[in-house]
Amino acid sequence: MSEITLQDDAVIAHGHAGEFEAPLFGAYSKKVGMWLFLASDSLTFGALLFAFSYNRIYTSWPTPFGKDSIINATVMTACLLSSSLTMVMAVFAAQRHDRAWTRNWLLATMAFGTGFIVLHGMEWTKLIHEGLSLPGFPKPAGQLESEYAHISSGVPQFAATFFGLTAMHMLHVTIGVIYLGVVALRKLFLPILGALWLVGFLLIPADNVFHYGIHALLIGLIISSVILFLKPKDYDAHDVEVSGLYWHFVDLVWMFIFPLVYLMSTKI
Amino acid sequence: MHDAATHDDSKGQYFWVWGALLVLTAVEVWLGYRQVFEPVRMLEVLLALSVVKSALIIAYFMHLKFERPLMRWLLVVSVTACFIIMYFFFFPDAGRILTIGVK
Repeated sequence: MSEITLQDDAVIAHGHAGEFEAPLFGAYSKKVGMWLFLASDSLTFGALLFAFSYNRIYTSWPTPFGKDSIINATVMTACLLSSSLTMVMAVFAAQRHDRAWTRNWLLATMAFGTGFIVLHGMEWTKLIHEGLSLPGFPKPAGQLESEYAHISSGVPQFAATFFGLTAMHMLHVTIGVIYLGVVALRKLFLPILGALWLVGFLLIPADNVFHYGIHALLIGLIISSVILFLKPKDYDAHDVEVSGLYWHFVDLVWMFIFPLVYLMSTKI
Repeated sequence: MHDAATHDDSKGQYFWVWGALLVLTAVEVWLGYRQVFEPVRMLEVLLALSVVKSALIIAYFMHLKFERPLMRWLLVVSVTACFIIMYFFFFPDAGRILTIGVK
């Protein structure tokens, strides 16, 4: 779409060469497209959250999360909320054409997002080590009598909803960090992403679920490479704003997952 | 010439929104950790607080407050309507499974 169609002031009477009709929503098409995607994605999470709420109300639900888990999840929430603020700053910097600060704020947002993923990964690893597992998955040795092992066998919906919801969200955060990395650093981000994948794959022990989960970065690397090499472009303020919409949505979804999954399962 | 979402607003309001979101999160943690209400009431209260938080994020961080009314209303009404439809389909069916004794 031509740049002039994005501007409100370009709306002039029909019939003049070079003039365009105003966009229906007063916004450029990329932004409307992202809003439509987010509306559809919210229904995916909505279905999962409805399923969780039903199980929470109608099932004898375990409440295993102690102080450590709640503090960890609260810090993760603060990370995401702060990342939304830095994302807003990035959009402002992009609108005043300050490329250096746009990149800096985007990198700060990515740092908060990465912090969230790392904390969440540590939480998952701890819970799995303590016996929380899905039916059909290998059980950790020596934890067959633990509280979490009993929960996994007695109320399998607990582990299913916990891992289902948080994995879906963690995947969205990971995609968001890669998306922001592409917008902030473009092709420079590709070797960084590749190095992160390789280091993660080599350092994470083979019995850890993230030894395989880290391959999401490899898939992200392949898709990012295809986009950056087939359609190289200089990302502008509109691109930063659209990537911000996605990032805020990821934050928004966590505002429902955190209280429902963690706070509704707090150990008294 | 300007985009509908480009507006001259102070950055201060975003810090206020960020602070409000952190405070609401602290309230949620306190409510959850102290188990102030029984589960169903707790679910309702936490969901209500989450809706307030998400409204702040959508309105300010996602700038929907500054978009054209047509876009604003179309998005909010359509997504809300979908959730209402999901609610009226999911919960009655889920409850029905209990009453007809499916194991």
